[in-house]
Amino acid sequence: MLGQIAYALPFLAEGFALTLWVSLLVVVLSLIAGVVFGVGLVYGPAPLRWAVRIFSDTVRGIPILVLIFFVYYGMPAVGVHLQSFWAAVLALTLFKTAQVVEYLRGAVASIPKGQSEAAMAIGLTFRQRLTYVIFPQAFRRFLPPWINGVTDAVKGSALVSLLGITDLMQAINQVIGRTYEAMPLYILGALLYFGVNYALSLASRRLEQRFAFIRE
Amino acid sequence: MGYTLNFNLIWRHFDKLWGGLLLSLELAVISIAIGIVIGLVLAVWYVSAGRVVRGIIASYVEFIRNVPLILLVYLVFYGLPTVIDLAYSAQTSFVATLAVYSGAYLVEVFRSGLEAVPRGQIDAGKAIGLTPWQRLVHVRLPTMMRITLPALSNTFISLFKDTSVASVISVPELTYGAQWINFNTFRIVEVYLVVTAMYLVTGYALLFALRLVERWYRTAR
Amino acid sequence: MATTSDNSPALLDIAEVSKSFGSVEVLRSVSLKVAKGEVVAIIGPSGSGKTTLLRCVNFLESYDSGSIRIDGKEVGFRDGGARQRRSERDLAAMRAETGMVFQGFNLFPHLTAAGNIMLGLTKVRGKSSGEARSIADHWLGRVGLAHKADSLPAELSGGQQQRVGIARAVAMEPKILLLDEITSALDPELVGEVLAVVKSLAEDGMTMVMVTHEMAFARDASSRIVFMADGGVSAVGPPKEVLAAETTNERLRTFLARFRASQF
Ligand SMILES: Nc1ncnc2c1ncn2[C@@H]1O[C@H](COP(=O)(O)OP(=O)(O)OP(=O)(O)O)[C@@H](O)[C@H]1O
Ligand SMILES: [Mg+2]
Repeated sequence: MLGQIAYALPFLAEGFALTLWVSLLVVVLSLIAGVVFGVGLVYGPAPLRWAVRIFSDTVRGIPILVLIFFVYYGMPAVGVHLQSFWAAVLALTLFKTAQVVEYLRGAVASIPKGQSEAAMAIGLTFRQRLTYVIFPQAFRRFLPPWINGVTDAVKGSALVSLLGITDLMQAINQVIGRTYEAMPLYILGALLYFGVNYALSLASRRLEQRFAFIRE
Repeated sequence: MGYTLNFNLIWRHFDKLWGGLLLSLELAVISIAIGIVIGLVLAVWYVSAGRVVRGIIASYVEFIRNVPLILLVYLVFYGLPTVIDLAYSAQTSFVATLAVYSGAYLVEVFRSGLEAVPRGQIDAGKAIGLTPWQRLVHVRLPTMMRITLPALSNTFISLFKDTSVASVISVPELTYGAQWINFNTFRIVEVYLVVTAMYLVTGYALLFALRLVERWYRTAR
Repeated sequence: MATTSDNSPALLDIAEVSKSFGSVEVLRSVSLKVAKGEVVAIIGPSGSGKTTLLRCVNFLESYDSGSIRIDGKEVGFRDGGARQRRSERDLAAMRAETGMVFQGFNLFPHLTAAGNIMLGLTKVRGKSSGEARSIADHWLGRVGLAHKADSLPAELSGGQQQRVGIARAVAMEPKILLLDEITSALDPELVGEVLAVVKSLAEDGMTMVMVTHEMAFARDASSRIVFMADGGVSAVGPPKEVLAAETTNERLRTFLARFRASQF
């Protein structure tokens, strides 16, 4: 039994690497998109604010699985053909972007109005106020929940196995299909996911403490 | 793009979606009910327990929260029966999994609520001669409920959405119904639009109802 | 200290300014001129519009009608008849000409005391950071906090934070300094150190408009006192006149009576 699993280890490692790669892509892309849309939500003109609001409330209101299927099966139906890998990354990025938008909105909203006013009073322009006063403070409040939420990307990525992408989840299922060693392999998989996510949540706790001084 | 929406086939198979939605709700309600019991018991135990028990409860919470639900669903449905001599349906298997899963999230919600109950309230309970059990039932739990209700509502909604994972072991809930129509009619965009609307309406209706409960709870006492 | 007569050129000229929040009229045709070097104290009951008036002066708040000019230049709206809001860049430049000290300090918590002062100097005034630092050090010295230059706001007492707030405002060399109840968030024992700084600025000839509940301070430090009630200027004059016990202004008399009991 152990021999069979040991034999499958390189295959599992590849799946694990793909899980990390998908998660990393999703985290980076959603960070960029989420910050852009988040700023749009807070400071943009009304139509943009509404568009982002609707996007975010919709995406956060449905299961990730539905979003993944919608993107994966729906896009070819309307003539957009993406490799399943990129369809999966796109779907997870949409999901994660909606989260980032909310973290950003929350972080900016938590900064007292007086900060912006004090910055205005010394003559900073809108962009300067954001750059030197609002964002540096918002960043410290954004970081802990964001890092905490990175685990959602890792956990969510397990759903892409349903699109036939050989991530860790799919690799485990395939090895089980050959070896029939279901329990040891699921436990191994659980431990791997747990290891990554637990490390991330420890990191977020550390960061929270590090930036604690900001609580006026 | 030239894609024309045609909902006719969706309506013809709408019973798949409607039945699916009802099953999703049923799965959520049963799992969450069990999860609440697990969560409450473990949270109350946690705040008064020693290091060892705390460590065990914390391990359960941390483990579950850091592993994808889909893996737990597979583990319980395909994995467990290979090591224990027990047969159960996919639906039972999923309910058990989601109950244990929601329990972990709810322990955390209840625990932080219990720890946020002001010291003075507990002391006041002591001062008027309440027993520990009376303090728990009449002082700590009601106060904790008020503190945790908003977080609780959000957890419920998110657990409701998690029922979609039951589709991976062919439990015919809403997402499964969507896939069935997807594969059998190819009205793909339509079915996911309808299902998205169904999840949104149900989710926000639940949220609205829970907010009403919160409001009632705040004013009723 | 200078006093204004109606024909001397005013540094700050508030003319018939009105403002409503929804259906509530908060400022009713307020007019007030302040000459260079003058120190004007605004007193009045809560809700009378003191803060709102001050915020209109640097356009943190827009106003519905009337005009506010500093050195002859309209603060919030473009020159020429139409009431067209200035561009963001113009507004920023106008605001840099007025300094403001806030009741709640509003120091930037992520910057040190010196950093708070340097931000406007480098980004708005375009000074090098070395130059900005020496200006910051100068002003921190003036407010008695030379040794706290590298402390974060969270590491300072309320009185120290407010002195940094003042230094941050004056370091920009504003034409006029606006102060809104800058001691009312402070513990009583810290009020004195902050007022001492304001007094020394007044003696240097800094033009100031300050909203205050410290009657004794208003009497000693200001050249004129404005009493606001119900969104309008109800009385103006030298401290001795306005604060006189035998005033015929009914509202002023009730207002002062309440203070006299405690503070005089
Ligand atoms: N942003 C706002 N929206 C609506 N109403 C406002 C707003 N800001 C102030 N007001 C109202 O305008 C009136 C004047 O407020 P203001 O803050 O100018 O009074 P104040 O004289 O400074 O009072 P205090 O002595 O309490 O500081 C009050 O009735 C207040 O409720
Ligand atoms: Mg005020």
